[in-house]
This record gives sequence, C-alpha cells and structure tokens, in this order.
Amino acid sequence: MESLSIFLHNLTQQTLPLWIFVLLSIVLILFLITLPFAGFATYLERKVSADIQARIGPNRVGPYGLLQFIADGIKLILKEDIIPTASDKIFFRMAPMIVIIGSFSMFVIIPFAQKIVIADLNIGVLYILAMGSFVALGTIMGGWASNNKWSLLGGMRSAASVISYEIPAALALLNVILVSGSMSFGHIVDQQKFFNWNLFHNPFLFISFFIYFISALAEVNRTPFDIPEADSELVGGYHTEYSGMRFALFFLAEYADIFVICAVATAAFLGGWHVPFLNYENIAEGVQLPLQFIITLTKILVLFYVVMWLRWTLPRYRVDQLLGLCWKFLTPLSFLMVILTSMWMLCFGGRSFYGIIIGFFS
Amino acid sequence: MLLDYFHVLMMILVAGCFVPLILFFGKFLRPSKPYSEKLTTYECGEEPVGNAWIQFNLRFYSLAILFIIFEVEIALIFPVFLIYKDQVSASFSLGSVLLFGELIFFVGILILGLAYAWVKRDLDWIRSVRIQ
Repeated sequence: MESLSIFLHNLTQQTLPLWIFVLLSIVLILFLITLPFAGFATYLERKVSADIQARIGPNRVGPYGLLQFIADGIKLILKEDIIPTASDKIFFRMAPMIVIIGSFSMFVIIPFAQKIVIADLNIGVLYILAMGSFVALGTIMGGWASNNKWSLLGGMRSAASVISYEIPAALALLNVILVSGSMSFGHIVDQQKFFNWNLFHNPFLFISFFIYFISALAEVNRTPFDIPEADSELVGGYHTEYSGMRFALFFLAEYADIFVICAVATAAFLGGWHVPFLNYENIAEGVQLPLQFIITLTKILVLFYVVMWLRWTLPRYRVDQLLGLCWKFLTPLSFLMVILTSMWMLCFGGRSFYGIIIGFFS
Repeated sequence: MLLDYFHVLMMILVAGCFVPLILFFGKFLRPSKPYSEKLTTYECGEEPVGNAWIQFNLRFYSLAILFIIFEVEIALIFPVFLIYKDQVSASFSLGSVLLFGELIFFVGILILGLAYAWVKRDLDWIRSVRIQ
C-alpha cells in the first residue's frame, strides 16, 4: 500500500526531496489527527460521563463547552513544573518522553484510508505489540523515579497488567494473521471487502475480537482494569508526582493509546474502511480518500464511545482478579481460539463463513 | 522497504523532540517558585516516611518469567502463521495436514507449560501454603 509521503511526493511531481514529505506526513498525522483527537477525547469523556450520570458537563467555554480542552491545555501549560528533590531527576524527566515516543510511534502503521498511512510496515502487527509494551516501560520508569510509594505501586501494577495482557492480545491478533496470511495492516484491510470483515470470518474470530478488546483495554489501563492509577487506592498511581505539562503529556499518551487500540481493532477485525454494499471502484477518485477516512474514523469513534461507556458502567477489578482473569481465562481461551481457527482454515480451505454460504447458492 | 523504517525513525525523532520543545516553550509561560515544602514527596500531606526505593515482594515474579517464555514463543510462531493461509487454501494435501500438526504440537507444548504453572499455583496472587 502506498504511504502518505509517496502519495504527496507524486502529487507534487517529485520536485522536492522525499524526506521533506516523510516529515510532512508525520507532522500532518500527528497535528491533524493525534493531538486534536487526544484533546477532544478529554472533552468527550467528560460530556459522556456527564450524560451517563445525568449531569450537564462542561458548558461554559465556547458553544456546548467545545473549547474546554483548549482552556484545559492553556491551564496545564501555565502550571508550575515540580520535580521532587527525592526523585531520580534523569528518569523522572525521561519517563514522559518514552511514553510519548511509544504511543506516537504506534501511529506510523495505522491505516486511515488507502493512501493515508505514514508507512505500511510489513510487520505491522508485531510492531504494534512491541511499541505497546514500550509505553509500559515509560509508566514503570515514571513510577519508580518519583520515589513515592503510590507511584511505585502504580508502576508495578502497570507492569503486572501489561505483561499479562500482552499474551491474550498477541494471540487474538494471531488469529487475524491466520486468516489474512499477512502482518501488514494494508493487506489485512484489503481482504475485508464489503462484508468479509474478519469479525465474521468464523465464530472463533468473533470471540477473538472480544479477547483482543478486553486485553487491549487492560494494556492501556482503562477501567475496569485501571488499577495502576486507581484514584481511590493509589491517589494518582504512577503520575502522582507529575504536575503541569509533564502530567498533560502522560494524559495525552493515554488518550493516544486508546485511539490506537480502537484503530487496530477497526483495521484488524472491523474491516477498516470497508462497509457492506459500498464498492470503492465505482466511486470517483477524488471522493474515495475522504470517504474512506470518514468511515474509518467513525468506526474508531464508535469503539472509543464503547471504551468510555465501559468506564462509567463497570466497577474496578481487584489486582489478583485482574491477573486471574488474564492467566486463567483469557490466555487458555485465546489458545483454544488459535487452534480452532487453524482447524477451520484447514477444513474449509481458508474460506470464510460468508464465503461458504455464498458457495452454497452459486 | 528501508524507506518504511525511515518513517519509523523520523516518527521517533519527531516524538522525541516534541516533549523537550513543548516543555521549553512552557518555561516562558509557567511560574517557578520552588521551596523545600513544595518539593517534598507527596504522602497525603504528612511528612514522607522513609524512602520508596525499598525491597518489596514482587508478587508477579513467576508471571514475569512465564510472560517472557510465552512472548518469545509467540514471536517464534508468527512466521508459521504467516504462510499457513497460502499452504492451506491451495489444496487439501498431506502437507497442509502436517503443517497443522506441527502447529498444534508447538502450541500444545505452550499450553502444557501453562497447565504446569497453573497446577504449581504460580498463577495465584496469594499462594496458599498447604499443611503437610
């Protein structure tokens, strides 16, 4: 699949050197998608939670409180940056940087549309898993460097949940590789035309989707798995000591991570920009890309709404229950799904459920 | 091919520069009036007791070892899963059955390892001590 930089490079008749477009594509994705989304997500979160709890939510700054996130950003940048004397100064400063690098670099492979992807790596799935654990490194570092008991416990809990839930998530994505025969998200999305979504490929992939979504929620520390920052037990978890902009960076990375897991679930299971009864070959060239982009973004936002909905519906897990759920339920189940999916592929020659039904009638 | 990874490298550089830049520009806007009480470690308003860098019981120690084994083995079976579809969808042959058998064998060993850890109670947060 063509990347955004090459697309822009060809669009301008290759007059400028390629590296400018590489930089431009990265800046475009980051500043037009990641940062506005992360800002808007905080507003959305407050508005949705207000809605669920029958409150009004932010409504003072701008129409419907829409400018609230800008006001929050200005407030956070004006706050004093406090680094405790007892902390490990180097690691304390490094932690937000590592978290940001980890979560931003996951945006490299997210396919928004046919040509709107920074780089369609051929090891996409493996890359997502690797970078996902990189974020955890930052949270552990921040938790340890603060030299605060709450932070230390938060960081350790984060380590425990990430190393546990990495395995079901990886195994659930293995099922997708099994049915697509590729690790590149571009190929995975291309194979899900019309209604051939991986979600409906076979019953085991349907279950795998939920395994992936649950494990991914635990990996980005969202409720019901938000024990690393459980505010009723650990004050603020790993970012207790962080203030001002450094705290904001942690939050930015958290919302960026949620966006990434929703985007991966969309691309791997929900067909990316493919929807039933819509053939992109019949659509004019100029409309194709915006349409694909809007469809992908809609799916991501629907999943994001589910994430927020879960937060205000479910109570928090206890830490031993959290690990028990992972190792005693999700991991064996995802192993079973891998075996059953490979069995399905063997028995039906790699055809999907939908393909078999179509085969009966023709 | 290499161009793809150049994108990754640039992204890491951009993200790495983003944090110092935003903190640098913030420096001109934010106040800086530190005093010793403000810089103490937060511990619910009390004077902090001792250091947080102590030795404490990492409950998930054995889980961490299990994680490494599983993660390495998952990384090892990725290539097999990649070629599986092409092998299987071509035609139903002895080769594809053999491939499936190998896959099951490999995954079976992993499951056996998990079952062993489960029986040995390494998956429990609190290990119950049996009275002999």
